[in-house]
Amino acid sequence: MSTAPATASTSETAGSKPPRFLRGFSAAALIFVAPAVLLLAVFMVYPAIQTIVLSFEDGGGQYVRLLTNDPRFLNLSFPPQGAIVNNILWLLFYTGGCIVIGLIVAVMATRVGYERIIKAIVFLPMAIAATALAVIWRFVYFPNENSGLLNALLGIVDVGPISWLGNAGWVNSALIVAGIWGSAGFAVVILSAALKSISTEILEAARVDGATEGQIFRRIIIPMLSLPIAVIAVTLTINVIKLFDLVYVMTSGGPGNASTVIAVQMYEQFSARNFEYSAAVAVVMLLILVPVMIFNVRRFRSERVIS
Amino acid sequence: MTTMEQAVERPPRTLSERVTRIVSKAPIHIALAIIGLIWLLPTVGLLITSFRPASEILASGWWEVFAGRINFTLDNYDTVIGSQGMGQAFINSVTIAVPATILTVLVAALAAYGFAWVDFPYRDTAFLVVVALLLVPIQMTLLPLVELLRDIGLYFTLPGLWLAHVVYGLPFGVFLLRNFFITLPRDLIEAARIDGATNWGIFRTIVLPLSVPALASFAIFQFLWVWNDLLVALVFAPRPGGLPMTTQVNSLLGTFGTEWHLLAAASFLIMIVPLIVFFSLQRYFVQGLLAGSVK
Repeated sequence: MSTAPATASTSETAGSKPPRFLRGFSAAALIFVAPAVLLLAVFMVYPAIQTIVLSFEDGGGQYVRLLTNDPRFLNLSFPPQGAIVNNILWLLFYTGGCIVIGLIVAVMATRVGYERIIKAIVFLPMAIAATALAVIWRFVYFPNENSGLLNALLGIVDVGPISWLGNAGWVNSALIVAGIWGSAGFAVVILSAALKSISTEILEAARVDGATEGQIFRRIIIPMLSLPIAVIAVTLTINVIKLFDLVYVMTSGGPGNASTVIAVQMYEQFSARNFEYSAAVAVVMLLILVPVMIFNVRRFRSERVIS
Repeated sequence: MTTMEQAVERPPRTLSERVTRIVSKAPIHIALAIIGLIWLLPTVGLLITSFRPASEILASGWWEVFAGRINFTLDNYDTVIGSQGMGQAFINSVTIAVPATILTVLVAALAAYGFAWVDFPYRDTAFLVVVALLLVPIQMTLLPLVELLRDIGLYFTLPGLWLAHVVYGLPFGVFLLRNFFITLPRDLIEAARIDGATNWGIFRTIVLPLSVPALASFAIFQFLWVWNDLLVALVFAPRPGGLPMTTQVNSLLGTFGTEWHLLAAASFLIMIVPLIVFFSLQRYFVQGLLAGSVK
């Protein structure tokens, strides 16, 4: 027991390594990591390599077709269309919308007595399966003035009914609104925690110096929230790249291919047994994800959400 | 729960001060009320619809309930649970999600202990490789995994589906749990070693009991992930009899796209378990979801 503090302090610099006298103790202890390592090697690493090989089976022709000659994936005529373009729309408006709403709710909620309730209400959709969320919003958008909530509201001012999900001009906005509704709670929780960490002395000092609430928000709160905002943006970006359930269940990418996204394209090509092509789409997903995920994992290591 | 605003303001002394304060905050109350309604009404609307007779849904809005003008029935739940197969699908969701969660937590916790407290060559490199697998989207493995499972006779079987979920959940689980285990007091673990405890003993009697919050957060995250999953089930779930509720609702939408009485009831059957988890274990739930943001 008396040696423990000493070993602890000498091995501190070696990071997570156990003390020297325990090394070599562990051949049998490999048993701990063996199940996970074997499962991942056989059922994840090996399949992923096979997918890469498959996608290059015809010498890269799949990628050429994907990027230059498939309007469902990328159509650069004006206005640009296709899955990639829709993913970019999601990236801008879903990510932006979640952050703006997250900021508004987090800041306003600190000023009222029912903060926990309003935060719980906005967070609740995070628990719901995207499949159920899709049904909820298909019903909101239902083009019937008697039973579709949105069209009934518009009916009051004599507009519509509009087929939000059946109209190529509206469908992406309608989907993105449903997506924001589902994810804004994440931004609220992160931003609310970050707001609480801003010291009240700084805010009080600013007020004493005559700063208005607007100035305090722009000059103090926003700069101090820039890191959490970046964290939210990166996380939601990953959501956008992997986005599948919500779009697939609400529209299957339709009408036509107006609302399709990368992951929906991948699955549809996979279901249609265009395996080489779907493999190439998967590799494109991986390539887009890698830099974003690296940022996110680094952030997690330095910050440690659970402790 | 002190907020920064309350910490700065003094409590109001007179009635006029109190009234002024409420009036000056009126825009905030109104804005929050609107936001609250936008976030509640879509779900509430579908919930009310799930209890309405089919014939009335297209004739009048669910909001008529506020005027006291609608009838309630349990027929919709009866129909979807019985003849539309949601009862079986609910059972399937349980038999998919519960073992898939327990197995993932178990394998991930073992590996996390190995990566945190057992020394072996290239340990940290191996851990980095596991973390790097967080990058791999499910889509990268779908087709070869289908072929692999078919070769070993597990394609379209429950164990095959569990296996897929365990594999997809492992990188995040190992990452999260190892990072938690490494924060446990080193002295405690070394003292146990000196007293002759084996790794298995340390894992079971020290590390696991001290890590209940992290294990609970990860278990809840993984359970909800599997419960709410559509893609993995579409590709791997046993069919026709073994599909979970998410795929069942998806096919109901194809057949009964506007039969809201059925769709609403079916959706609430999916939502009921996550909502119970949310209300009973909110703290772990929020932590699990926040930590899961790296996945």
